[in-house]
Amino acid sequence: MLFRSVAELVEYAESEQLKISDVMMRQESDVMNRPIEEIYREMEENLRVMELAIERGTTEDLKSKSGLSGGDARKIMMYRENAPVLLTGSTVLEAVASATAVSEVNAAMGIVVATPTAGACGILPGTISTASKKLNSSREDMVRALFVAGAIGFCIANNACISGAAGGCQAEVGSATAMAAAAVVEMAGGTPSQSAQAVAIALKNMLGLVCDPVAGLVEAPCVKRNAMGAAIAMVAADLALAGVESVIPTDEVIDAMYKIGRDMPVSLRETALGGLAATPTGRSLERQIFGNESSE
Amino acid sequence: MHMKYRTVFDIIGPVMIGPSSSHTAGAARIGRAARTMFGKMPQHVSIILYGSFAKTYRGHGTDIALVGGLLDFDTFDTRMAESLDIASEEGMAVEFIESDELTDHPNTARLILQDGDHRLEVVGISIGGGKMEITELNGFQLSLSGNAPVLLVYHHDRHGAVAAVATILARHEINIGYMQVSRKEKGSQALMSIETDQVVDELLQEEIRKQHGMLSVTVLS
Repeated sequence: MLFRSVAELVEYAESEQLKISDVMMRQESDVMNRPIEEIYREMEENLRVMELAIERGTTEDLKSKSGLSGGDARKIMMYRENAPVLLTGSTVLEAVASATAVSEVNAAMGIVVATPTAGACGILPGTISTASKKLNSSREDMVRALFVAGAIGFCIANNACISGAAGGCQAEVGSATAMAAAAVVEMAGGTPSQSAQAVAIALKNMLGLVCDPVAGLVEAPCVKRNAMGAAIAMVAADLALAGVESVIPTDEVIDAMYKIGRDMPVSLRETALGGLAATPTGRSLERQIFGNESSE
Repeated sequence: MHMKYRTVFDIIGPVMIGPSSSHTAGAARIGRAARTMFGKMPQHVSIILYGSFAKTYRGHGTDIALVGGLLDFDTFDTRMAESLDIASEEGMAVEFIESDELTDHPNTARLILQDGDHRLEVVGISIGGGKMEITELNGFQLSLSGNAPVLLVYHHDRHGAVAAVATILARHEINIGYMQVSRKEKGSQALMSIETDQVVDELLQEEIRKQHGMLSVTVLS
């Protein structure tokens, strides 16, 4: 194993003068005993699945079975193209719309890539595809970005957790946002250490986020959290590229996320017992969707 | 440190039908592992759900996914959404039981597969991002990470059984990565779970089956 923590990952990459994506591919090849070309091809296929999901979500008229989600990606895209003034900007809004698109495809039981989970599957595709257009990136840069995200997710998953049931939304959308921020930094030509800073900056802004899905469905508020995760990832990447550094080291932020998750009550960890799920409207939607047989 | 996630494709992946990797993809993989161990489609399955699984299984499609797995569907199989109908058409009866019992992991399912006298009881946990672990098999505690192919051997608990299996594997140049032997009580039945670097093929499984004291041999890959 070449690295187990983000600090080890950065140290190895910088001492060997490699990119994070190189280190991840090398480790994968060593540990799984597979040639790098084969690993690369599999990742490229995952990228293709992500792009198809963006395409579907921004062009088709999607609605989930429950009716709680669908159609917002197209709304945002339309606004982005036609509004006289955009308050944030065209790049951020494209990332947001693309993340929303993938998340809506997921809610409609379409095909996605879990990154690191299905609940958070919009953020990485949304940011990478948007950044690639802005930066004129090659196909290889995009595939490499997925390896960067994978390396960060690998550290988070093994040192903390990536499921809402174990650590709340901060473990899912929070992890995905951190992974995406690091990936975009490498795409933009940033250093491994800047990628690590982007992880810390992004994840710090997700700490404490609870998992409280209305009716237990991965829709409300999940789709909008994917949207905002993409926005935070893009801004965190810019901050890191500007040279902004986190006061708390990245691995300690990850550890804090883990401990906060452990301290979270069960009602806020994907049980639909608390938070937005337990609001009057959340409960009434639950009854409408599942009828009175519903458990709570 | 025990690395739960070994490959980058546990993080960027799996490719799957939505909406939840723990509640859909992980659940489908638990169902499919149970099906593989059972060896065929069961006629009847009782599924007991705990924790977050019990509270949200309908919303997340955990029921659909577990049944899809029991039908041998992969996580990205587009037939997944219709798995409940397909199961009833193919004659697999399924019942869901929600349990309030506290478990170590919030996403836990116990599957009891039956076909006449043939019965298998499996406990699986879905640990996030579509990854799962089998933690119990017919009352034996075990820890299968799903990171490597696993050879499961039921045998009479007596001397020489472990050595016999290990010798066969060695002769065929199959390397053991991790091995665990568990038993309920001394001298009764025992279960060897062996993670191997190479897959143990059907021929080799047959050779192990013929050894003295072996009860059943299965491979999960």
